[in-house]
Amino acid sequence: MAERNLILAFETSCDETSVAVIEDGTKILSNIVATQIDSHQRFGGVVPEVASRHHIEWITRCIDQALTEAGVDYPDLMAVAVTYGPGLVGSLLVGVTAAKVVAWAHHLPLIPVNHMAGHLYAARFVGEFKYPQMALLVSGGHTELVYMPKEHEYEIVGETRDDAAGEAYDKIGRVLGVNYPAGKTIDEWAAQGQDAFHFPRAMEKEDNLDFSFSGLKSAFINTVHNADQRGEELNKYDLAASFQQSVVDVLAEKTMRALDQYPVKQLILAGGVAANHGLRDRLDHDMAKYHSNVTMLQAPLKLCGDNAAMIGAAAAVDYRHGDRAAWDLNAVPGLMFDRAKE
Amino acid sequence: MKVLAIDTSNHPMSVALVEDEQLLATTTLNMVRNHSIYLMPTIDNLFKLVQWTPADLDRVVVAQGPGSYTGIRIAATTAKTLADTLKVALVGVSSLEVVARNVLPTSDQVIVPFFDARRGNVFAGAYQWQDSRLVNLIEDQHLAMTTLLDQLGRVDRPVILLGHLTKRIQDQFDDLPANVSLAPRAYGIPSTYQLALAGEDRPAVQAIDPFVPHYLRITEAEANWQKLHPGENRQNYVREV
Repeated sequence: MAERNLILAFETSCDETSVAVIEDGTKILSNIVATQIDSHQRFGGVVPEVASRHHIEWITRCIDQALTEAGVDYPDLMAVAVTYGPGLVGSLLVGVTAAKVVAWAHHLPLIPVNHMAGHLYAARFVGEFKYPQMALLVSGGHTELVYMPKEHEYEIVGETRDDAAGEAYDKIGRVLGVNYPAGKTIDEWAAQGQDAFHFPRAMEKEDNLDFSFSGLKSAFINTVHNADQRGEELNKYDLAASFQQSVVDVLAEKTMRALDQYPVKQLILAGGVAANHGLRDRLDHDMAKYHSNVTMLQAPLKLCGDNAAMIGAAAAVDYRHGDRAAWDLNAVPGLMFDRAKE
Repeated sequence: MKVLAIDTSNHPMSVALVEDEQLLATTTLNMVRNHSIYLMPTIDNLFKLVQWTPADLDRVVVAQGPGSYTGIRIAATTAKTLADTLKVALVGVSSLEVVARNVLPTSDQVIVPFFDARRGNVFAGAYQWQDSRLVNLIEDQHLAMTTLLDQLGRVDRPVILLGHLTKRIQDQFDDLPANVSLAPRAYGIPSTYQLALAGEDRPAVQAIDPFVPHYLRITEAEANWQKLHPGENRQNYVREV
């Protein structure tokens, strides 16, 4: 039995190969992240087979470096954890396979971790979690409101019916000539422009907690194309600001409505799009105004993207609840939290 | 020397434990199921049967491709991670060579193992036993089945094809050239005992980190990109952040 509570965590669900060592579920001893962004920028988005090939090139370097940087060795570890979904199947398989091998070789328990729970637990590095809790998880692949009545219980109460918010950023980024991932640049441009175009706020007034971003994306693309045909060039800062205002309005309003319907002690903001300054500022403002009794934890900027530290933090809780994978663990690309019963 | 040999290049999944050239245990599944599910339990089970612990291992030998991209990645990820984490020797052997070894060393035929690579293409190489050593005559490559048969028809000696002749490969041609024959299907199933023997006295890889499968094809996305960007020769597109 190891004396220290150390978890070696793996994350390879998309285009980052990451391995981390986490102590007591809250302390990052190392968090190695090898990103493939430069590679996929050649193609304007993540190409799954290319991503899988990069993961296998980097997996053992990331493991070795994570241990070295943490100053620990295999006998010090308590468990191994790995993202087994959701994500790209070929990418997930490299992490799942490597994690199984390390756990097997050193007689360690293996903890299967849901990538979305991982994103949520990035916020655990900011402060303690209090339940019941609501989370707004926004990334390139997901946009969902997750209700947690207590620790280790997740229910989706709202989700996107088409594109994820981050996906919409990448698609309109392409129209503006911004390469994937476009979120950061659009966020910066938005800060320098005005909401001049008043794009639609989809489903904003509907009495549910779901999202839709494909209508906004189409309205944006039509606006730009129509101007192109007239030979008119629109102000890119105003376009970015108008798009972002529409996204942020819908995300913030649905989140406030979720908090009206579900009395919680805490709101978590996490996922790649949680790094968006427009969204962070808006939620700060709205929470102070409408839900000042609910505390908010925003995932740290450098842990909003995919990383293994967040997987290790989630795994520490999963481990306490007895989650263990057998050697037949497989990647589950479509893994989802359950939808809450209506 | 205690050797673990793994091959998940195609439909068959095979694992063997070999000690000093003796086969101790082997399992082959040929059910077209998911190698990711069955590989680790199979390894675990065989280790229990022969009463080895992971730390006993001296060497991992893996069929490095060509084959199904996902398949060769599962075997290569398993092998390189195991070698790295236990600090043991790692050897990669051509997945086609493993199949070629099913032919007796007394044969002097040209041995041509092949795998279906879809769209009428195959992965294939040419091997021959010379003085009890299996020599690679033509290196493993990706080519159209029709091109392969044209080339084999011009060889001035008997050629034996080893592999599973799927319908989509069969549809590519009418008859085999006169000097070419197809081995019974059993000869196309890889034996990881043969793989272990092939890898036992071969030098281990110098560095484990760069060890990757032999895909023999760049991805379609990269091929298209290279056409549009001639002369771009950046090697490494991944960086630590």
